[in-house]
Amino acid sequence: MKQFSSKLSLSGLPDKKNLAKQDSSQILFEKLHPLERKVLPLIKENNTQDKLVLASKLQEVEVIRALQWLENKKIITTKEELKEVVSLDANGREYSKIGLPEQRFLETIQNSPQAADEIKKFAKLNDAEYSVCIGLLRKKNAIIIKKEANNLQITITEDGRKTLEKQKYDYQFLKSLAAEGRDITALTLDETESMNELKQRKDIIKIELKKPKTITPTEIGKELSKMNFSVNIAERVTQDMLKNNSWKDIKFRRFDVEINVPKIIGGKRHFENQAIEYVKQIWLDMGFREMTGDYAHTAYQDLDMLFVPQDHPARTMQDTFYLGDKKILLGKLPKDYKKIKEVHETGANTGSKGWQYKWNEEEARKVLLRTHTTVLSALKLQQLKKQDLPAKFFNVGKVFRNEALDWKHLFEFYQIDGIVIDPNANFKHLKGYLREFFGKMGYPDVRIRPAHFPYTEPSVEVDVLHPVKKEWIELGGAGIFRPEVVIPLLDEDIPVLAWGLGTGRIVSSYYGITDIRDMYKNDLKQLREMKLWIK
Amino acid sequence: MPTIILKKSVLEKIIGKKLPIDKLKDRISMLGTDLEKIEGDEIHVEIFPNRPDLLSEQGFARAFSSFLGIKTGLKEYKIKSSNCKVIVDKSVTMRPYTACAVVKNITFNNERIKEIMQMQEKLATTHGRKRKKSCYGVYPLQKINFPITYIAKDPKTMKFKPLGFKEEISADKVEELHSTGKEYKQIAESWTKYPFYIDNKGKILSMLPYTNSDDIGKIDETTKEVFIECTGTDYQNVEIALNMFVTTLADMGGDIYAVEMVYSDKKFTTPNLNPSEMKLDTKYVNKRLGLNLSEKEMIKYLAAMGYGYKNGKALIPAYRADILHPVDLIEDIAIAYGYENFEEIIPKVATIAQEDEFEKFKKKIIYLLVGLNFLETNSYHLIPKILQLDNMNLNSNTEVIPLIDSVSAEYNTLRSWLLPSLLQVLKENKHNEYPQNIFEIATIFLPDKQKATLVNEKQHLSIVLCSPETDYTKIKQVVDYLLRMLSIEYVIKETEHPSFIPGRVAEVVINNKSLGFLGELHPKVLNNFAIDTPTTAAELDCNLLFELVKKNN
Repeated sequence: MKQFSSKLSLSGLPDKKNLAKQDSSQILFEKLHPLERKVLPLIKENNTQDKLVLASKLQEVEVIRALQWLENKKIITTKEELKEVVSLDANGREYSKIGLPEQRFLETIQNSPQAADEIKKFAKLNDAEYSVCIGLLRKKNAIIIKKEANNLQITITEDGRKTLEKQKYDYQFLKSLAAEGRDITALTLDETESMNELKQRKDIIKIELKKPKTITPTEIGKELSKMNFSVNIAERVTQDMLKNNSWKDIKFRRFDVEINVPKIIGGKRHFENQAIEYVKQIWLDMGFREMTGDYAHTAYQDLDMLFVPQDHPARTMQDTFYLGDKKILLGKLPKDYKKIKEVHETGANTGSKGWQYKWNEEEARKVLLRTHTTVLSALKLQQLKKQDLPAKFFNVGKVFRNEALDWKHLFEFYQIDGIVIDPNANFKHLKGYLREFFGKMGYPDVRIRPAHFPYTEPSVEVDVLHPVKKEWIELGGAGIFRPEVVIPLLDEDIPVLAWGLGTGRIVSSYYGITDIRDMYKNDLKQLREMKLWIK
Repeated sequence: MPTIILKKSVLEKIIGKKLPIDKLKDRISMLGTDLEKIEGDEIHVEIFPNRPDLLSEQGFARAFSSFLGIKTGLKEYKIKSSNCKVIVDKSVTMRPYTACAVVKNITFNNERIKEIMQMQEKLATTHGRKRKKSCYGVYPLQKINFPITYIAKDPKTMKFKPLGFKEEISADKVEELHSTGKEYKQIAESWTKYPFYIDNKGKILSMLPYTNSDDIGKIDETTKEVFIECTGTDYQNVEIALNMFVTTLADMGGDIYAVEMVYSDKKFTTPNLNPSEMKLDTKYVNKRLGLNLSEKEMIKYLAAMGYGYKNGKALIPAYRADILHPVDLIEDIAIAYGYENFEEIIPKVATIAQEDEFEKFKKKIIYLLVGLNFLETNSYHLIPKILQLDNMNLNSNTEVIPLIDSVSAEYNTLRSWLLPSLLQVLKENKHNEYPQNIFEIATIFLPDKQKATLVNEKQHLSIVLCSPETDYTKIKQVVDYLLRMLSIEYVIKETEHPSFIPGRVAEVVINNKSLGFLGELHPKVLNNFAIDTPTTAAELDCNLLFELVKKNN
C-alpha cells in the first residue's frame, strides 16, 4: 500500500503543512452544514435573526443553530444591543393586514352614506366592534346618523374625512412594525404620535426592552458569502452514487471530524466477571487445573474434613448460613465418616493428639452454604490417587457468610482457592506461588505473616502492597494443610500447599468502587459505562 | 477473635527494653498476633484463638521477650505445697472437672486487677468457648475456710449475693436477675442442679457457670493471696486454663502453691506445670520448611518461642493449648526463623493446566449473548421468598430452600429460578436507558432428597428483553439463534405458565426433555415488580444444554 510508505503520518492523515497550502476558505466553505448554506447568503440583506427566519423560510430553531455554528467558525459576529422596541400585539397583527376597524367603517361610507347593516357587512365588523366604532366616531364628529324608515343611515362628515386620513397613516405605521417591530428612537414625530395613540388601545401594539442580535459577516464571512452556493454538496454517500458512479461528479461536505458524537452502548460481561476471568487465566497459565463444585455442603465436608473443631467459634450461626426452616437441614454422611471422627477425637494415625473431645454426628450433618472454597480442595484431595501426583488445582468461586449488607460487607463474595499436592512441596514454594499470582495481578510486593487456621500449619496471612497508596492490604490466608486433614483424605502425609484469597479489594480498587455493594447492584448505567478489565 | 489492650510502658518494663515504634509494630505482627493499632501508650492486639496464653499482658510479654531473644527458653515455675484441699462431689456430672491453685505474695493495683479481669473474660470467651467448656474464678484467700467443696445443688435451696448485688437472692433467680445469668443460661438449659463452690463454713464462693459471691469472690488492692478455681467439661482444657492463670500471676511476682484435689475415685494436686514432650524429627522440619537447619539451630528457634529441648524432644510449656502435632512445632520454628526470611521459590514441576469444560461452555454462551448487545448481570443467590414466588404469580407454598436466621432478613431463601432476580434488576433500573436487554448464568437450588445435602444445584441461563418494542418474536429469535449456533435441534411447544401471558409462553423441548421456557411476562407480574415497560424472557437449563452439546460433539 502506497500511502503507508510515503511520508504521511501513521493514521493516514495528510500533515498540517499540506493542509495549509490549500485554500482555507474553500475548506471552510465545504464544511458548511446545509442550514448554514441556506442562512449565510441571506445575511447581507437580513442582519437580524427575525429577518432571517422570514427570508430563509426555515424554522426559528434552525436559524438559531445555523447562526451559532457560523459564529463558532468565526464566519459571522453578532452584537446585542439593548433597545426599546415597539411591535405588534395580537389585535395589531390582524389590523396590520386588514386595517383598523374605524378605518374600515369610514372607508365604507366615504363615497355615499350607507345603512348600518351594510356597513357591518362590508367593513367586516362584528357587533361589538361596530358599537365601539359608532361611539368613537360620534365623539370625533366624524359621522352623522339619521333615522330613515326602519334603518339607520350613516354619512361621513368633513372631520370624518380627516379622521380617515389619520387612520390610514396609523395603518401604514402598523404595517411598518410587521416583521420585528421598530426601535422607538428611529420613529418620526408623526409615527411617535401614532404610537402614543395606538398604545392606549387594547392589544394593538406593545413596547418592550429587547436585545436583538445584529449579525455582521466577518472578513471570511464576506468572502464565503460570495462563493457559489448553487453547487450541490452531498451530505452522505448513497448506494445509488456508488452503483451509478455519480460520486465522481459530487462534492461531499467536509465534516467537522473533531466534534463530539453521541455516546453508544454495547453488550458486555459484568465488570467483576471480567476480572474473575483474568484471575482464572493466571492459574491456568501457571499449570493449575480448575476444580468446581456445589455451594451447599454438609458441615462434614466444609468443616469437619478440614479438621475444624466442632466447637470452633466460626461454626456458630452468626458466621455461617445454615439451610432449613427453623430446624437446620440434616444431610447424609459418607460411609467412611468414622475416619474423620477419629482424627478429631484422638488424632487417629496422623501422629496428632486430635481435639480430645467427643465428635458429634449431628453437628457434621448440618447443611450449610460453603463458608470457603477450601471445601473443594478437601473434596479434590479425596479423589486423588498417588499416580496423579504432583498435581495443582484452583477454584475461583462464591462463598457465603451470614452478614448484614453494608458498604464493606457482602453475604456472598468470590474466593480463590488453590492447592499444590507435591511430595516435595515446602513453605518456600507457598511463598513463590503467592508472589507469582499477585505479581500477575499487578501487586508484586507480597508479605506473609503468621496467622492461625485450624486446617493449616504453618498458617500465614497474605498481604500485598498497594502500588499507589503504599499500604499493605490483607488479601487472605494460606498455609500447608495439617496432616490431620491430609492423611484421612490421601492416606499419606504429603505436603499440600493451600490458599484461600480474596479478590474483592483488588477488583474494587481497579474499578474505583468504594461501596462493595455496587458489585451486585446491577445499575445498568454503571455496567454500560464501566471500563474494561485490562490486564 | 479477641483483641486485648496492652500498655506499652508496662510491656517495655517487663521486657526491660525500649523499642522504636516501627520495630515494635513489625515484631508484634511477625510473632503471630495481629497488631490493630498503637494509640499513645495503648497497643491493640488481636490474639488468634490458638494462643489464649497471650491474652494477658504478662503472657504476651513472656512470649514477646522470648521472641526478641531477651529471655528465651522454657520458663520454669516452682510450686510450693499448701494445706488447701478441694473436695469434688460426685454430683457435679454436668460440669465434672475442676482444677485449683493458690498464689501468694502478690501485690495488686488497679491495673493488675483490670488485667486479671480482662484475661478471665477473654479466656472464658475463647478458650472456654463462652464458658461452655470452662470458666474461672479468682478469690481473696483470707476469706475462705478450707476444705472447699465443689458440689451440685438445687438452686432453690441456695441463697447468696451475686457479684455486684447488695442483697442475697435465691440462686434460682440468678438466671433472671444477674447479667451473666442472662447471658449464659443456655449452657444450663437441661440442668436441674447447678455446681457450687462452698467453703467449710458453708459460705458460697460461686455458682457455676455464672458468678462469684459478692462477699468473698472479689479481689481488691489489699489482696495479697488468691485462690483460683477453673471448672469445665474437659479436664485438659480446665488444666491449661489454670496454668495460664498461675503463670501470669507468678510473672507478676507471686508464688504458686498446690491445692489437693480430692475426686471420689482419685486424689492429686494441681497445678501441674510439667512441660509435655514431643519428639522432633529434624528431617521432617527441614522438608516442610524447605530449610537445612541443624538440630542446634532448631533448638535455638524453639527457645525463642518459649520451648525447652531434651533428648530429641521439645518441651512444651504447660500453658500452651495448641500443640497437637509436630507440625505445630514446625510453625513456631518458622515464626522464630522469620516468615520474611524464607525465599520465594516456584518449583519446576510440570503439570498440565485445564479449564473446567462446563465453565468454558458457559463462556461461549456469554460471549454469544454479548455479541447480541446483552449486558451480563451479577445477582445474589439469596432472594426474598416473596420475590421468587408471590411476585411471579406462583403459589406461595411452592417448596423453596429457606435459610436459618439470615442477618439480612429479607434475603431468606435460596433462589429456585433466575428470572425473579433479573426482574428485580429491571425494577431498580427504571431511570436508565432502554432497551434493557440483560442475561445471567448462575446457580439455582431445588430441594432433592436424593442428594447428600438434600439440595440439587443447577446452573440456569436467563435472558430478559425489556423495551417498548419487545414481544414474543424477539425473545424467540434470541433463543433460536443460541440453539442454532450450538447445533441443537429443538421443538417449541405451547404451554401454560402463571408468570407469562396465556398463549404467549412456550416450552423448549429437546429429545423429549424440557430445556426451559420463554414468553411474554404477564402484566400482573410486571406490576408486582413495578416494571412499566413490556418484558419478554427465557429461562433455560444450562447443565442440560451442556450435556446435549457434549453428546453432539
